[in-house]
Amino acid sequence: MEVLLFGIAKDIVGRSPIMISGKEAQPTSVQELKEFLIKEFPDFAKLTSFAVAVNNEYASGDVSLTDKDEIAIIPPVSGG
Amino acid sequence: MNQNRYIRQTILKDFGTEGQKKLAEAKVLIIGAGGLGVPVLTYLNAMGVGKIGFIDGDIVSETNLHRQVLYGPGDVGQSKVVSGLEKLQKQNSDTELVGYATYLTTKNALEIIEGYDIVVDTSDNFPTRYLVNDSCVILNKPFVYGALHGYEGHLSVFNYNGGPTYRCLYPAMPSENEVPNCNEHGVLGIIPGIVGSLQALEAVKVLTGIGEVLTGRLLLFDGLNQSYQKIKFNCRPENLEIKRLQDFYEWNDPCEVIPRIDAAEIENLLADKAQIIDVRTSEEYEKYHLPNSIHIPLNELEAYSGKIDFSIPVYFVCQSGQRSETALKQLRERHADSSLFSILGGLNKYSTKCS
Repeated sequence: MEVLLFGIAKDIVGRSPIMISGKEAQPTSVQELKEFLIKEFPDFAKLTSFAVAVNNEYASGDVSLTDKDEIAIIPPVSGG
Repeated sequence: MNQNRYIRQTILKDFGTEGQKKLAEAKVLIIGAGGLGVPVLTYLNAMGVGKIGFIDGDIVSETNLHRQVLYGPGDVGQSKVVSGLEKLQKQNSDTELVGYATYLTTKNALEIIEGYDIVVDTSDNFPTRYLVNDSCVILNKPFVYGALHGYEGHLSVFNYNGGPTYRCLYPAMPSENEVPNCNEHGVLGIIPGIVGSLQALEAVKVLTGIGEVLTGRLLLFDGLNQSYQKIKFNCRPENLEIKRLQDFYEWNDPCEVIPRIDAAEIENLLADKAQIIDVRTSEEYEKYHLPNSIHIPLNELEAYSGKIDFSIPVYFVCQSGQRSETALKQLRERHADSSLFSILGGLNKYSTKCS
């Protein structure tokens, strides 16, 4: 599963995209993906809200994920 | 109006003299005259937008000059609005320019925005962005959103013809220091130039009806690999229902009132089987916790807030009463209709009372 990271998410992880592989680790929903990210990269827990897009569409927590989905993590950015 | 000035765009198919007339009749307000604001101001002024208002309480600093190309070394220390007005007037005498050398606040936002057809949000901080969103929803004005992070830019048109708003993407404002701004994080001079120019383009499209307005789509631009990605998102109708501004948008409000109940009430809460959320760490929770309390560590609140039933009162507890207040602040905006309480003094106070 390939996950593109934007804004502060890319800074937290240090690179983009990241691959999530291994059967046990594979999140099956957006909510599980959020929990996975917080577990792997605890700084994600500091973010009040970050949008998740699946196949270029905004996705709520209950949206299910498959290996082929294109996922993007999009926290808000404020610079101007 | 000097027609010859605009002939290269009035000969354009679809734009024409009709498009120019629409620009000349338009009133646009630009919030912020910094990295994003400068290209928006410069292009909309050059293209002949009838009335351009811009608001910024800041002065020009030397560290602005690599990206805010309207200003030069001679402007350092001057008000951005005063320097900007002088240059923009020279650039185009057809347009009416109105400068507001102040910041947008809950006191002036509705009054200022009301006089314009469309707003371009080129601000550089979350409190202003949420204030712009809520004001535009209340006044039913579309606004062109642009924001930066490093080499990256985000762009969308919100509140356009009943379309989604900023809160449909990001319902609640991030807490302070969660996401760094340009001053802390750095910005490559040209990036705001590109993103601000895209904002100006969207403003022109909204005003003249050419092309397809970027509504319901968030454009993500990455300057390092020249990629443009569009994310589709929907309107959450409740976000169009804003009727009044929040009392404050700043992170620290000295007069802030947190709904608290005293730790002495814990006995009653336990007897009533109230919903108590313990936001301490796992170690603390394992050592001691109130019977039937739900454990969600503060740093996992966002991910696990689904465990909370917001249809009944929610009582946050921690060791001393600090973290429970933070938890309440994190969730109250999104659950404005729910009853959220922080237990004052936390378990420290409760155990003192018991012993």
